[in-house]
Amino acid sequence: MKDFGFSPMKNKVLNFDELNHDFHQWIAIQDSSFNLCIACGTCASTCSAGSYTHFSFRELCKDIRWGNAEKAMKESEKCMLCGKCSIACPRNINTRNIIKMVRKAAKTSPL
Amino acid sequence: MKQEGKKHIWSNYQKEIAEDRYFYVRSCIRQTFFPGSENTFLKILREVLGKDVHESPNHTTCTGIGYHCEVVPFATTQTVVARNFALMRDAGYQNYTPSCVTSFGIYTEILDTWQHFPAEKEKTRAFLKQATGREFEEPNSLAHTSDIIYKFRNEIAQKAKYQLINSETGEPLKIVEHIGCHYAKMFPEKSVGGAEYPNVLAGMIDAWGGNVIDYPERRHCCGFGFRQYLIQANRGYSMSASKKKFESMEAYQPDFIITNCPGCNYFLDRWQYVLAETEQKTYGSNGYGIPVLTYEEVAGLVLGFDPWEMGMQMHQIDVEPLLKKMGIKYNASEKFKGPQGQELGLPEFPEHVKFTTQSDN
Repeated sequence: MKDFGFSPMKNKVLNFDELNHDFHQWIAIQDSSFNLCIACGTCASTCSAGSYTHFSFRELCKDIRWGNAEKAMKESEKCMLCGKCSIACPRNINTRNIIKMVRKAAKTSPL
Repeated sequence: MKQEGKKHIWSNYQKEIAEDRYFYVRSCIRQTFFPGSENTFLKILREVLGKDVHESPNHTTCTGIGYHCEVVPFATTQTVVARNFALMRDAGYQNYTPSCVTSFGIYTEILDTWQHFPAEKEKTRAFLKQATGREFEEPNSLAHTSDIIYKFRNEIAQKAKYQLINSETGEPLKIVEHIGCHYAKMFPEKSVGGAEYPNVLAGMIDAWGGNVIDYPERRHCCGFGFRQYLIQANRGYSMSASKKKFESMEAYQPDFIITNCPGCNYFLDRWQYVLAETEQKTYGSNGYGIPVLTYEEVAGLVLGFDPWEMGMQMHQIDVEPLLKKMGIKYNASEKFKGPQGQELGLPEFPEHVKFTTQSDN
C-alpha cells in the first residue's frame, strides 16, 4: 500500500442516512426556506452576537441537519434576533424565523 | 400559482449568453491537468461554430487560488481583474469568457462588489492607472466557457459524429454531471439553472443522447477546497468528500463523469487513483475507474475529434474503455506519442486500478 501522507479519515465521515432527521424535518416544515441554505457563512460573518460569543448561524444549521437538536437549541439562546443575517443571506432564508422556531422547539418539545 | 409569477421565478434561473465575439481567458491549472481541453474549446468555437474568439498573450491569472487561500488581498485581486478587463477593451471585445470556474466566481464576485460598493471600483480604477497606466470598463457579458458550449449544444448535436450511446447495446450512456461550486453556488442567478437546477452540463448530456444520473450526493462538493489540498495533512478532507460521492454514484454504474471545473475534474480523477492505491477500491467496472471528462472533451468526442490530440491520455483514470463503449475509432498506438509522432515514453502505471496499455488492445 502506498503512503500518500493522508487518508480518507473514516472516523470523521458522516453518513446522512444514519442520522436522525426528525428535528431537521420539523424545522423545514415550520420554515421551508431552511432548505435553501448553501452553508456559505454570510450569516455568521455579519452576526453581531457572533462577534462577542462563539455563536454561528451556519453551525446552528449544521447541527440541525446533523440531528444535534439539543445543541442547536442551546446555541439559539445566544442570538439577539437583530435580523441582520436575514438581510445578508444571499438565499433569502428567513434566518430570524428559524432561530425563533428552534427556540419554540426548546420550549414546546414538539418531537 | 399564477402563470406570470411562475414565468418571473423561472426567469431567475435563465442566463443571457453572448452570441459571438468572445474574449477568452485561460485557466492557470487546466493546461497542466487536462492540456487539450482549452484548445478543444477554441477549435469547436472557431472551426466548428465559426465564432470569433480572441486571446491575449498579456492576460494573467485572476489570483483566485491566492485569494481563496488568503495570501492575495482583495484590493490586489480587483486590480488584477481590472487589468484583464482593460486588455479586453483594448482588443475591442466586450464578452468576457473565462475557462476556469474559480475565475468565473472571482469575476462574478468582483462585478457584484463594484455594483454594491462603487467606491471599490473607483479605488481599483486609481490603482490600475497608477500601476499600469491602463483604464478599464466592465464587460457587457460574463459567461463561463461551459455556458457557451451549453448555448451551442444543439448546433454541436447537429454536427455530431458520435452520440453518448453505448454502441453495443444502443442504450444511452449513464452519466454523472458534476458542477463546480463556484459556478452556481455563490451567485446562483449568474448560472444556467441556479443552485437548485443547474442545467449547464445536464443540458449537454440530454442534447448529445446520454442519460443523466440523479444520485443522492449529486450536489455534494468534490472536496477540492483550496485550503484542503494545499496542506498535505488536510488532503484527507478533500479525498473523503470525493469518496462520499463515488460511493453514492457507484450503485448507478456510471459510464463517465463530466465536470465544468478544473479542480473537480482533477480531483475526481486523481482521488480514484489514490483510493485504489490505499484501499484497493475501484468504482468503475472490471477493476477500472470511472473516467472523468471535461465538457470540452465530451463535446470533442461527440464531434469526432482525436482523443489523443485532446490530451485524454493524460487522465489518471483510463478513458479507453469509454472510447470503445462509444464505438469511437482511435489509434491506440498513438496514445503516448507527441504531435509530431515522436515517442513520449510510457507513464508509471497504477497497481490497483486498471489502465489499458498497448498490449491490451
